[in-house]
Parts: sequence; structure tokens; C-alpha cells
Amino acid sequence: MSEIHAHTTLYVRDTMIDQQVPPLTQKGAVKWVRENLVSSWLNIVLTVLSIAAVWYIISHLAPWFLNSIWNAGSLTECREILAAHSLVGEAGGACWGVIRDRWTQLMFGFYPPEFYWRSILALVLLFVALLPVLFPQQISSRFYILSAIYPFVMVWLLWGGSFWTPVLTMAGFGAGYLAYRIAFPVGGAIAATVAAILGTLLWWIVAMPLINDTLHRVVAESRMQETRAERVLLQETLPPQIAEIDAVRTAITAEINETVTRKNDILRPILAEQMRRSAVPLLAEVSDLFANLSDQSPAPDLVPAIISAKRLFLPFATERASESLAPLLTEIKATVAVNITPDNLADVQASIAPLKAQIVEAQTIADADPMPDASLAAAQAEFDSVMQHLTRLRESLTALGADHFRLSEQKRAADGLVRNIDTLTQNVANLPDLRATAEEARANLPESVALLEAVPSGGARSAYEAADLTALQSVLNAEQGLITADVAVRSTYNEVGRIGLQPVPSSAFGGFQLSLIIGITGIVMSLPLGILLALGRQSNLFIINKVSVGFIEIIRGVPLIVWLLTAQFLLNYFLPPGTTFDLVLRVIIMVTLFASAYIAEVVRGGLAALPSGQYEAADALGLDYWRSMRLIVLPQALKISIPGIVNTFIGLFKDTTLVLFIGLYDPLGLAGTIRASTDWNGIYWELFIFIGVLFFIFCFSMGRYSKYLENKLQRENR
Amino acid sequence: MADAATDREIDHSQMKISDEVAIQVTSMNKWFGTFHVLRDINLTVYRGERIVICGPSGSGKSTLIRCINRLEEHQAGTIIVDGTELSSDLKNIDKIRSEVGMCFQHFNLFPHLTILENCTLAPIWVRKTPKKEAEEIAMHFLQKVKIPEQANKYPGQLSGGQQQRVAIARSLCMKPRIMLFDEPTSALDPEMIKEVLDTMIQLAEEGMTMLCVTHEMGFAQAVANRVIFMDQGQIVEQNEPREFFNNPQSDRTKLFLSQILGH
Repeated sequence: MSEIHAHTTLYVRDTMIDQQVPPLTQKGAVKWVRENLVSSWLNIVLTVLSIAAVWYIISHLAPWFLNSIWNAGSLTECREILAAHSLVGEAGGACWGVIRDRWTQLMFGFYPPEFYWRSILALVLLFVALLPVLFPQQISSRFYILSAIYPFVMVWLLWGGSFWTPVLTMAGFGAGYLAYRIAFPVGGAIAATVAAILGTLLWWIVAMPLINDTLHRVVAESRMQETRAERVLLQETLPPQIAEIDAVRTAITAEINETVTRKNDILRPILAEQMRRSAVPLLAEVSDLFANLSDQSPAPDLVPAIISAKRLFLPFATERASESLAPLLTEIKATVAVNITPDNLADVQASIAPLKAQIVEAQTIADADPMPDASLAAAQAEFDSVMQHLTRLRESLTALGADHFRLSEQKRAADGLVRNIDTLTQNVANLPDLRATAEEARANLPESVALLEAVPSGGARSAYEAADLTALQSVLNAEQGLITADVAVRSTYNEVGRIGLQPVPSSAFGGFQLSLIIGITGIVMSLPLGILLALGRQSNLFIINKVSVGFIEIIRGVPLIVWLLTAQFLLNYFLPPGTTFDLVLRVIIMVTLFASAYIAEVVRGGLAALPSGQYEAADALGLDYWRSMRLIVLPQALKISIPGIVNTFIGLFKDTTLVLFIGLYDPLGLAGTIRASTDWNGIYWELFIFIGVLFFIFCFSMGRYSKYLENKLQRENR
Repeated sequence: MADAATDREIDHSQMKISDEVAIQVTSMNKWFGTFHVLRDINLTVYRGERIVICGPSGSGKSTLIRCINRLEEHQAGTIIVDGTELSSDLKNIDKIRSEVGMCFQHFNLFPHLTILENCTLAPIWVRKTPKKEAEEIAMHFLQKVKIPEQANKYPGQLSGGQQQRVAIARSLCMKPRIMLFDEPTSALDPEMIKEVLDTMIQLAEEGMTMLCVTHEMGFAQAVANRVIFMDQGQIVEQNEPREFFNNPQSDRTKLFLSQILGH
């Protein structure tokens, strides 16, 4: 081999060539355009077509957006404003007045306005709590503590209650840890885990309500009379305040009515002038047309032209006709609208003959009293300012309405609390008696009706003795009395003894806030659950494997809406009787379970994509299962799964809109409510665009973060 | 190729074989499904021994050493490593694995961790070594395999030979008493094989007990004290290297040697 080479080697390079710059057309913008826009004829055609399509869409949408109306209290007013600026005919305009009017509702649902700050603070803190998780390299790991306590703070801020409730809830984990430490030396890891879970649950279910009630009672008893005095004072001071607000409301309502009248007065001449202006050229045209029609013998090609005269008047029909021109134009329209055929042409001509004179008259009117451009502009400006004023008035009226509602609620609550405090001693004293009576009566109940929960009515009654039913009725009454007294005592203690935020019921939650609560909680909880399910599905342990597979397949195989309806209607059947279980919480659980099944499958894909050598290397180093998963397998598998996981998150977040079907008011549900009101009946684009943009912002941010994370991890591992 | 490992004097001063048994495999059998992959393997490895296992592909040599740290489960017979018998007891398995280092054909470094993190991971999490101390140990062994300057890079940025040396350093950081090598040079360019073999020779010179599945016959001749030839899941022949290469007994061994040395 080497001998052959010795004879054929004719060339040996002695210097190496240095790097050189590429030619001009092969770099920079020129290269980019050449390669990406005009690289072939097909590419050129596609480029031109795409630009044309984009232009077509933008040119049709832009005027609508540019003619945005913000100062309107109803759809009708929106249309008036568009008409006043003669914008009705073409693209029209976007009526964002609905957003201005209802955006708080779209954002917060029926959450009390005086507590919006709690909701906003919760959102701001969310971002603070997310930072250490999202950007672990830039932020010290000490701040993870913020992320860990955030969920409890969030629940407390949003739902309210005493400040010790979140603390006690967190203490549950402490109880679990304590149980773990105690059980570990005795029973090993598995027993300790069971003990930890049991300890936590025991704390939450048994110890926490006890401590909570006791704290409330202690605090309540220490300041019962003070609180009563405060509330009595409120009972006295609130009614005058409410009356004051009502007076202002009446005044503003009167001003609004007045302003509406003024607005209409300004609007009328503006519309008339605009009609006149558009009528001038049209009248001339119509007059020419009619002249042709009556003077000449009928030319067939003229017929469609006459019919199209009808179309010329259509813009008029949609505007408010002024008194002088309207009847005439209507008549012309009616006449020309008749389908002209050679047979009825004579009739048409006959009926048009008198109109000709009227057209001349109309032209005279139209030319007679033109409003100068300056006056029109001034009138329009005045109209706009009146509209603005009107919108402000309406806003202050809405605010006053909210105040009125809040004070009335406070008054009602004060009435109730004072009543409860006054009867508290009595109620507390009565409780043992009531309980004894109820229990005794229940024990002595005749066997035939002992299992009934209600007194049967109608035909069903005949199956029981009348005396037995009477006994049952008295038992039920006694139990009802007991419950009423018990609830009165409990709520009094809770109300007086609360140190913290006023509670807000879940039924008040709504709007984008609700979507965020469900979406984010679902996202945060479904990821760990999904990872566990994925590991379970990969596990060699038969039971764990099959349970995971079954869970994933069942949850995934049934539509989310079915699970939500299950949460709404069926879940109570599976819970012990008497448990009330917040609907929002139920929805969160269902959404979490649903998303975790998807996450599990995505993560399983990541686990499967990992070369088996990684598992083996981890094993060979002596790492146990959980460590090798946590340190070696999951970091890599999750990295592979990021796009799929974020995709699932985005899907989950958008799926929160499904809660509208179970009676929760997410933004879409509220859109329905808003559209059902008389003011905004018939509006849809603006509302749905707004809601869409809200969702888009969040989903798009998630998508960008996923991209950032992918790039970052890609860089690290290269 | 075979000469790659022998271009320097091997220092035999510390290569001492003691009477202590490091690994005892007794009538071990293994099946993959119904395929009888290892048949009645009996093997005693004394501390300080350097054993090269060779044989045609599919002869079960990789499976044999993977059974020793339980990456594969054997179905019959016993394996005793450092006095601990391998059974399904997870604690025993983890104990043995932390005493037995292993290098793979495809290195199996953790791509999401830096070289240093790769080396400190097991000491920190398994041995509970403090992070600082673990890093010192890691740097010591990275020095030894001659790539301390790569400590903060990621495995993907290193050449194959460098990666394999990191893999060796990673195993050494656990201070193993036995090292298993599963074809450590088969996935490498010829230029890189030498640097890995040099590292392995250095290890042998320090008296490490080593079991190497490899086709580097130069390495076997220079370092090994025993060569085992396997075929069809059985040990066909074992002998000290000189005898093994110059005077093979079985026909199967002769055929094998003629094929790998003849080209």
C-alpha cells in the first residue's frame, strides 16, 4: 500500500489558507431576503400572496379598531356615536364601552369591590413566589420559603378568615414531620410515611378545627361587649350614611337623565346634517335616473340600474332620517323597490312622475340650509364631551351603588350579629338541653319512622301511623332548633373572634380571577401528581403500576366536563353526610386530577426517551430508587418533556372556561350575563376579544417561558 | 492497535495479589427469557487480580460482569462480593454497588451535570460526604485521569476519550475496592483508546482489583494476570496471559485468537 503512495504523491500542501469573509450577496439582509422570501418562483408567489392576505385582513380590521368607542353606556349609545361621526356605513367601530363598563366584573366576578386589593395582592405575591421557582439561578434558594408558604397566604387573602388558619394548616405538615420522626426508629421508612400522612390528616381533621374554634371562642369572649357596642354604633350610623348615598344617587340619576336629553338634542341636528350631506349627491343621481326612465322608451339595460337605485338609499335607511327628507326618500325607495319588468314599467313611470317634482323639492331642501363644517365639528365635539360626561356620571353611579350595597350588607350583618350576641348566653345555656331533648326524642322515635329524614307528604303518608308522623315531626323540629342554636353560637364566635380578613364566600368568586385560581392551583398541583403517576406507570410493582395505569386511562378517557359535572353533582354522594365541600375546591381537585393524567403521559414519554445507560449508571453508583429518580432521571426526563408539559398547562388553563357549565362565573360565563343585560344585548366581538386577549397573554407568557427554559437547558447541556 | 498500551514500562511493584477473595461466583446461571445466557459460571477473583474477559459477541461476558453488581439478576447459583451475597435485598445491593465501580462502553455520564457534579454526586448522596470534601476528592481523581481543567464543563463538550476518563474518575470517587470495565474502549476512536488504557494501566499499577471485558489484547498482555475466554455463556479457557496467547488449549480459543490478532 505504502509503495503505491510513494509513486503517486505529487502534491503536498505547505501553507494552510486563512479564513476569509463570504461574498456580499451571501451575508446580511440581502442573503436573508434572497433565501427566505424570493428563493424560487413558487416562493415569490407565496410571498406576494401572503403579504396580500395579511394586508387584506389588516385593512379590514384596522378601521374597526381605530374607530374604538370608550365613552358609551350601552350598545345603542355606541351606535349613536358612530352615526354622529358618520362611521356606520363602512367598517363600523369597536364598542369598548362594554369593557369600560364591566371590566371589574370580568376580572373579579362578584368579589366585593372593597376587597379587590386582596385579590390583586394575591396576584402580585404569586409572581414574587414564582420567581425563585422560575429563575432558580438568578435568585437564591433561600427564597423558596416564599414559594412554599405562598399557597396558604393566597387562600387566606382570597377567602379571608383569621390569620391563624393558614398557620395552623401549615402546622399540619409539622405534625406530619413529627409523626415521621417518631415512627421512623420504630417502624422504618414505610411505616413512618404512613404515620406522617395520618398525622397530617389527623391534625387537619381533628385537632385543627378544635384549636380554631377554641381560639375564636377565647378571643370572642374577651371582646364580646366591645364588638357589640361597635355594631350597635354601626346600626345607628349606617342608615344615615345609606340615606346620604341614596340622595346622591337620586341626584346623579336626575343629572344623567338630563344629560341624556341634552345629548339627544345635540345629536339630532348632527344626524340630520350628515344625512343631508350624503343625500345631496345621491339625490342628483336618483333624479338623473328618473329623468331617463320617464323620457325614453324602456331600455332593458336600464332596469337593473333602477333596481340598484334602491341600494343607493340603503345607508339612509340605517341612519335616523330627519323629519323633512325621511318620508320622501322612503317613498322613492318603495317605488323603486318594485321589480321593474317591461309589463309594469308604465306603472312605475306613472308613479314616478309625481316623485320627480318631490325630488326637485328635496334637492332644494338639501341645498337650502347647509351646516358649515366648523359648526358640525363643534357640535360633534360637544356631543363627545357630553358622552364623556355621561359615562363618568354612570361610573360614579355604579360606584355609589356598590357603596350602597356594601353598607346595606354591613348593616344587615350588624343586625344579625347584635341579635346573635344578645341571644348568645341563652343559646349556649340552651344547647345541652336542646341536644338532650333532640337525642331523647330521636331515641324514642317509633321504629316505623326512625329512619326517615323528612315527614312524607301526599300518598306516602298513608303508610305510617298519624301519631308516628307527629312524633317524627317533633323530633325534626327539635333537631332543627338545635342546629339553629348551634349555628348561631358558632357564627357569633367566629365573627367576633376573628382576627384577620373578612371571609368571602366561594360563590362570590368569578371572572378572570377564578380562571387564574383554578388554572394556577391546577398547574402547581398537577405537576408533582403527574410525575408520581408517570413513575407509577413505569414501576415494576404490580399494584402500583396497575393503579396508575387505571387512574390515567380512566381520567383521560372521560371528558373534563363530565368530571366537572361529577364534582358538582355526584361528589357529595361519596362524602360523609353533612360535609360541605366548597365547589371551587371540588373543581380545582377535578381539574388537577385531569391535568395530572395528561402530565403523567407526557412525563412517561420523557422517561422512555432516556437511554437505559442513565438508569444503569445511577444504579451502578449505588443511588437508591428515589435518589436516582430525583437526581439523574427526572431532571433529564422533565427537560425532554417541557414542551409537552407546558402544552398541557396551557390546555388546562384554557379548559378552566368549562366551569361555566357548572354554574361558576368565569369570564365567559360573565360574558353571557353581560350580554343578557338590556344595555349590552347584542354585543359580542368586543367582549370575546377582550377575554381572548386576557387568556392569550397568560398562555403566551407560559409558552415563552417554556421556550426560555428549553434554550437555557439546551445551552447548559451542550 | 495491540501495542497502544505497552509503550511504557509497567510498574509491577504494587500489583500484589492477596489470598483474600474479592468475588466468588459459584455455579451461576442466568437466562434471558428462555435463552440460557450464562451456564454454570464458577469464578474466584482474589483481591488485586486484574482479569481480562474476552470472547465473541453474545458470549455473555458483559452479562457476567453486570451480574456482579446486579445490573442483571442471576437466576441460579451464588455471587459473593466482598463477603456479601447478592440477593434481592435492596440494602445489600446498594452496599455492593457503592463498593464496586463500573465503567460502561458508552460512558453513561450524566449530561445535565458538570464533570465535577458527575463525580461528586454519588459521594455526596450515597456516602454522605460533605460537598467541599467531595469536590476535593473529585478534583484529586480528575487530576489523576489528567483532565482537572474540564471540571466545570458538561460531558457533551468533551471528547469520547475524555468522557471515559471522567467515567473512571467518577467511579473512583466512591473509593471502590473492585472496578468493572464493560468494553471501555469499544466506542472510541483509535487516537483516544490509548489515553483510556493509560488510565486503566495506572489503576492496575496501584493494585486495584479489576475485571475488564475488552478486546485490547495489548492491555491484556501488559497488565492482566489472568485472561478468561468465554463462549456461548461458558468459561472456555482461563490462563495467565502469556500462556493464553502463546499456547491456547481449546480449539475455540485458537480460532478466536487467530481472528482478532490476524488482521
